[in-house]
Amino acid sequence: MTQEPDRQEREAQAATSAVPSASSDGQPAALQTEAHGQKLAAGTREAIYDLDDVGVTYGSVPAVREVTFPIYQHEITALIGPSGCGKSTLIRCLNRMNDLIPAASVTGKVSYHGQNLYDDEIDPVQVRKHIGMVFQKPNPFPKSIYDNIAFGPRVLGMDGNMDEIVESALRRGALWAEVKDRLKTNAFGMSGGQQQRLCIARALATSPDVILMDEPCSALDPISTGRIEDLMLELKENYSIVIVTHNMQQAARVSNMTAFFTVELDADEKQRTGRVVEYDETEKVFTNPSDERTEAYVTGKVG
Amino acid sequence: MSAVPEAGLSRKVVERASSGQRTKDLMFRLALLFSVSVGFVVLAALVLDVMIDGASRVSLDFITSFPSRISPESTGVKSALIGTIYLMVLCAVFIVPVGVATAVYLEEYANRDSRLSRLIEVNIQNLAAVPSVVYGILGLAFIVRGPLGLGPVLLAGALTLGLLVLPVVIIVSREAIRAVPSSIREGSLALGATQWQTIWKQVLPGALPGIATGVILALSRAIGETAPLLVIGAATFARFNPEGITDRFTAMPLAIFEFISDADTEFRAAGAAAIIVLLALLVVMNAGAIFLRNRYERKW
Repeated sequence: MTQEPDRQEREAQAATSAVPSASSDGQPAALQTEAHGQKLAAGTREAIYDLDDVGVTYGSVPAVREVTFPIYQHEITALIGPSGCGKSTLIRCLNRMNDLIPAASVTGKVSYHGQNLYDDEIDPVQVRKHIGMVFQKPNPFPKSIYDNIAFGPRVLGMDGNMDEIVESALRRGALWAEVKDRLKTNAFGMSGGQQQRLCIARALATSPDVILMDEPCSALDPISTGRIEDLMLELKENYSIVIVTHNMQQAARVSNMTAFFTVELDADEKQRTGRVVEYDETEKVFTNPSDERTEAYVTGKVG
Repeated sequence: MSAVPEAGLSRKVVERASSGQRTKDLMFRLALLFSVSVGFVVLAALVLDVMIDGASRVSLDFITSFPSRISPESTGVKSALIGTIYLMVLCAVFIVPVGVATAVYLEEYANRDSRLSRLIEVNIQNLAAVPSVVYGILGLAFIVRGPLGLGPVLLAGALTLGLLVLPVVIIVSREAIRAVPSSIREGSLALGATQWQTIWKQVLPGALPGIATGVILALSRAIGETAPLLVIGAATFARFNPEGITDRFTAMPLAIFEFISDADTEFRAAGAAAIIVLLALLVVMNAGAIFLRNRYERKW
């Protein structure tokens, strides 16, 4: 495959850049040693992102603040919490999609392989080449299935046989068998679930490092949702995935780590700001949460 | 509390509408129908009148002969038809890039809340409503004479008409660009495409049917404009075709103006025939616009 050398190279870079940040990432010791002791001992867990006191404000309204946690490589990290808690706002910081909203401003550090994505010299277009994104509503381009997949590789000027790139991406997106005979037909003719898997395959075609998914199943039926969850579990072998979801069962089923966000009202109850209550292994968050607000939310007592 | 109605006295829950209400309803409907028919009947009467006067004069000879001042039987609109076609092509060459680029800037780059872009927006809307004769004077002062000094040539006519319909092209193109959902832009940007790649490869192709329809409708407004061309000094009578963009020219509405100013009724019949030719051209253009809209318009 043409993307393989690329991928290995990037992983090699990731490995080298993660070494200094792993020793100095300033995470609470308990979080690292207790919860991840098993995996750390195996020496396989590397942070791709290190969020340090990240906050986003729209104009003068803070949407989310004081977010500090690492996101690990080749794992699925779920962001859960009630509406308005800033999960979607936060995930859009991870590939600088918030730049599209002129009023949004980001504070704190979003380190990606040790590099702050919000440094002045960072070009958001370059960031998005490494970090793919899948949106809430499937958004295929009004083109053929083939051209949907080929768009990313073409604009990035990727080398190699385009037919192979498209086939490989569709295979990784678990869509090849369904669409191989109608690659030239318009993507709008696909079902919603197929469209969303096309959007995932489209993101995979540019060989990203991370895939961000902002409520990818909220517009889909349970069967399509199941297929996408299976796909995510396959993909985490090679990609790191961050998913925002309203579906707690989904977070419990697929994710390794879960961050629970909540909404805090300020003193005069006018401003609603999202904050992280708990970030831990998914199993612990769902079975033995350390904060009572998390427990109330995951057991369905509130929210 | 008699819940069970007595036999023979069962009350209807849903009452009949009173006859007064029904009459009002009918009157209202007729009034609407009348309003619709006003425009339609007037147009039909005009077309019919022109047909009666000029249909017998329309022939291949008529559109392939130069006009004549002496013989109404052999007069034609060749130079005017050629002039109009050149004018429209040149006009399109001018308004499409300028209009679409302006629309892209205003929709995709300009900060919509800034004072400058609001000022531009209000100005464009006002410009669309400025009488065409004013554009003629502008064209005369700045394009025919003044800074550009082109003289009353084809290029000057095309630029003047272009300025006249540019606001329409900008407004329609902006709407077409706005109709492309932001999820398409986000999808493209999230793949690492630049803003320019996103606009060129996703937004503009998506907006193209709407833009093309708008351009054709703008041109079909320009095609019938007489006043600006008269003011800039285009010929009303020409026994030659323009050979290049710096040649003098005439156009269909000017030929019609010339024919119907004649005292001779036979020349006025030729004027009616020229109107039919112009209307046919218009119908073809508008049909093209409708075809484009129905065939390529996207439901997002």
